[in-house]
Amino acid sequence: MAKQYETVIGLEVHVELATKTKIFCGCSTAFGGAPNTHTCPVCTGMPGSLPVLNKQVVEYAMAIGLATNCKITQVCKFDRKNYFYPDNPQNYQISQLYLPIARDGYVEIEVGDTKKKVRIHEMHMEEDAGKLVHDEWDDTSLVDYNRSGVPLVEIVSEPDMRSADEVIAYLEKLRLIIQYLGASDCKLQEGSMRADVNLSVREAGTEKFGTRTEMKNLNSFKAIAHAIEGERARQIELLEAGKPVVQETRRWDDNKESSHAMRSKEDAQDYRYFPEPDLVPIVISDEWIAAVKSRQPELRTEKLERYKKEFDIPQYDAEIITASKRMADIFEATTAICQKPKKVSNWLMVETMRLMKEHDMEPDDIRFSPENLAKLINLADVGTINSSVAKEVFEKIFTKDIDPEAYVEEHGLKTVNDEGALKETVEKVIAANPQAVADYKGGKEKALGALVGQTMKAMKGKANPGMVNQMLRDMLK
Amino acid sequence: MANKISDETIEYVGILAKLELSGEERESAKADMEKMLDYIDTLNELDTTGIEPMSHVFPVSNVFREDVVTNGDGKAETLANAPLRKEDSFVVPKTIG
Amino acid sequence: MDILSLTATELGKKIKAKEITATEAAKAALEQAKRMEPEINSYVTIDEEGALRQAEEVQKKIDAGELTGPLAGVPAAVKDNMCIEGQLTTCSSKILSGFKPTFSSEAVLNLKKAGAVIIGKTNMDEFAMGSTTETSWYGPTKNPHNLAHVPGGSSGGSCAAVAAQECYYALGSDTGGSIRQPSSFCGVVGMKPTYGTVSRYGLIAYGSSLDQIGPVAKDVTDCAAILEAIASHDVKDSTSILRNDYDFTSALTRDVKGLRIGIPKDYFGEGLDGEVREAILQAAKVLEKKGAVLEEFDLSLVRYAIPAYYVIASAEASSNLERFDGVKYGYRTAEYEGLHNMYKKTRSEGFGAEVKRRIMLGSFVLSSGYYDAYYLKALRTKALIKQAFDKAFEKYDIILAPAAPTTAPELGKSLSDPIKMYLGDIYTISVNLAGLPGMTVPVGKDKNGLPIGMQLIGNSFREKTLIRAAYTYECETEKQYEAPAAMACRTAGSGAAGTGKEA
Repeated sequence: MAKQYETVIGLEVHVELATKTKIFCGCSTAFGGAPNTHTCPVCTGMPGSLPVLNKQVVEYAMAIGLATNCKITQVCKFDRKNYFYPDNPQNYQISQLYLPIARDGYVEIEVGDTKKKVRIHEMHMEEDAGKLVHDEWDDTSLVDYNRSGVPLVEIVSEPDMRSADEVIAYLEKLRLIIQYLGASDCKLQEGSMRADVNLSVREAGTEKFGTRTEMKNLNSFKAIAHAIEGERARQIELLEAGKPVVQETRRWDDNKESSHAMRSKEDAQDYRYFPEPDLVPIVISDEWIAAVKSRQPELRTEKLERYKKEFDIPQYDAEIITASKRMADIFEATTAICQKPKKVSNWLMVETMRLMKEHDMEPDDIRFSPENLAKLINLADVGTINSSVAKEVFEKIFTKDIDPEAYVEEHGLKTVNDEGALKETVEKVIAANPQAVADYKGGKEKALGALVGQTMKAMKGKANPGMVNQMLRDMLK
Repeated sequence: MANKISDETIEYVGILAKLELSGEERESAKADMEKMLDYIDTLNELDTTGIEPMSHVFPVSNVFREDVVTNGDGKAETLANAPLRKEDSFVVPKTIG
Repeated sequence: MDILSLTATELGKKIKAKEITATEAAKAALEQAKRMEPEINSYVTIDEEGALRQAEEVQKKIDAGELTGPLAGVPAAVKDNMCIEGQLTTCSSKILSGFKPTFSSEAVLNLKKAGAVIIGKTNMDEFAMGSTTETSWYGPTKNPHNLAHVPGGSSGGSCAAVAAQECYYALGSDTGGSIRQPSSFCGVVGMKPTYGTVSRYGLIAYGSSLDQIGPVAKDVTDCAAILEAIASHDVKDSTSILRNDYDFTSALTRDVKGLRIGIPKDYFGEGLDGEVREAILQAAKVLEKKGAVLEEFDLSLVRYAIPAYYVIASAEASSNLERFDGVKYGYRTAEYEGLHNMYKKTRSEGFGAEVKRRIMLGSFVLSSGYYDAYYLKALRTKALIKQAFDKAFEKYDIILAPAAPTTAPELGKSLSDPIKMYLGDIYTISVNLAGLPGMTVPVGKDKNGLPIGMQLIGNSFREKTLIRAAYTYECETEKQYEAPAAMACRTAGSGAAGTGKEA
């Protein structure tokens, strides 16, 4: 019988914090910008420059630590991690090894019906590296330090995950928590959330961990899932062939859907950590922890309960809406304007979800403004447009964030409420459809629908269906 | 207890420190390091049990900046001393993709 | 009137009184530098044009009443490991060839606020690693008192420039004695302030936890005035400390009555040159006569300071100097194949032997498997040394000691045996490990005419006590700044070449 293998996975997740400035200098963290514009002597490692810690970094890190049930290290320090690479201007990265800001936490994940805890070993603060752009023609690389010094936290889990599904659930949970805290936007594609996967396999039922590898360069959930499957298969194949798994760092190639070892004699991976002498310790008092806790924004569970209570939103809908911070933000902003939470929830649950699926989008990619959705809801509510027109207009809002009032006006989409014009059309429809009229009068309620449809068609959809319905009933009495 | 530094160690430290020593330099580096380490080993005469390693002499803590952008476009200054540049970037030998 | 023989504050007074202009003073210093440089080599760069421009600007501000301090208009020099915007800054290393920083160090900005006219950057041991100023890529500096001898190091250029009257005062930096030892060798007053007193922003780091900028001066009064000008709390340096006693010149009082002076027995034993011992004990007696109380005590622990220092300083240096890689500034090797070869060739060609030696040692002690045995052991030793000093300062206000075991050695005699050279720092190094202030005051000369310096060590933040004791000693002995005898043979116009080697 073939051996059964269990996959053992731990994650190192890097999250870029949403500070305005870099971790050790007053340079902007804004994305974009020509190469090396967001730089200064500190984040480019100029001789004589010195780092000064951004307080907001510590507070975000504390908030994430607290929200992931970690213990905050009340005397924590920075260390230098030494390695040469051109994206690292000092050739050391200021990070934390010996006294990281948070330790021993966990988050709860749910896969199918099973709940489990994924433990967090530690979380530390560090600086991001610059960007290297490879010049294919020239055999050179270009160095841009705009990202150098952008604050990161690295969250290191215990090897508690056993499948790609669990990994994704863990990442989604972390993302949700951090987004709700406002500590990061956690976008995998843009690199503001990055995960390195530590994976080993072992024969089912054994206690001892196998030799693990570390997989880097995973920038989507899909890549993570594929990389896990691929690496599991690769390691099992080695073991089946009686070959050892080598402890190494591997780089995932998304195009080839395979990985290769990042081995080099020059990468000794001996980082010679020692306490950063240019920075002083951070002493975190109980009061400071309490203050950060008290400023903690409403997290998902609280929000969900509030939606149910305050807005009378059903559990299922509240779950869907709060599953993304972006969705919840849109819900609240729109509701604040139009005061119609149930209608807002409906538009998000039905049409927004449908269009997101159609366009293969994540909630974070939503670009329309709450103002325009609120206007649309009001237009439909007062009967200025009917529901099918509303859906059509919403598509425009969703894709181009148009102003629905102007759009309806411009395209003549207002419902015709003129009774005279409507009556004329209804009379024509009655005259042209004697069979349906007879059926209705004979008790077939359904036949009325056909007549309504005919009238709407004749009115090019701009009639108020309620009015049409009523008028037909009156005239066929 | 005399320290012995092997060729492999010198080679390894050279990789860490990005220094390439010529034959002669290598021999003197070995000898120097052995002598220095022997000397440093005199620290072992000292009982430091229970003593906290001291990296900062003064108990200063919590030196922070506020999260306010204070720097503008630093491109010109950043690139002013570049040994090799292309447009607005530093140029290095190709790093492995 | 001989302008050059004035002290900085004397010159400052005359400029204020409009007896001399800042431009005249700058010209005098520049002329002297031109005369002396072919022999002494105190400077890496002399910025003649810039100095004259600064002098003119400063003079205008003096005339307008905007600059009133004691150093306004006085020509100064700065060690070449402190950044000055737009001006070549090399750390006396090939690897910083052509490097012109885009900002100035805080200490230099403070000097400029005080009206300093900076005439050049002084030579040093490469990256401040050395005790002789012989490891400079720009050639050794000679001792103005005897050109066959070294000026000490690593701030040898600063101390020689002041001694040779090529400037009125200078800034040095002190990681293990780099101000105090060359000050002793060159017969000038030098001080390493308490760690955190002068901002390190813009000082190119050697051992970050030990480095401190300080004054090199002709006398104690100048030293206090310079310290007052450069000390500040700097938010750009996280290790900078806010103090409430920046008025260091207020300590220039002639009073040591009741001052408790501890004399560490171990400092005066084996290894100390007899003439040096004699001169320093003599100086101690001067203070005793004025009412200070002398007492011998045990500070034997300090012999572990040197090995601990070399672990800590080398480890920090190995990391601090990683940034010199040929990517962003300075030297890049001409030919290379691939990234790592570029790194290795650039660094192997760009750094000198002593720097490489310390980088190798520092990388080794931090490498996997050795960190605890070496680095943490050294940090624990440092804690014990700090404790020993804390204990001593419960009993004493000042510790009085030599600055170096001998007077300045001959050129070319030190570098061959590193341990022997390192042992020369035995009296100064522990002060850096404990973050304390230390000051060197000239107390005499040996039979060869080479200066001897006495070191005064104070408790943290007690620079004023040091200044008071040093000032009292200076007044009691009626010591005035003495130009080196060797300079008498230099005649005006003996050579105008050699200025601004890289200017």
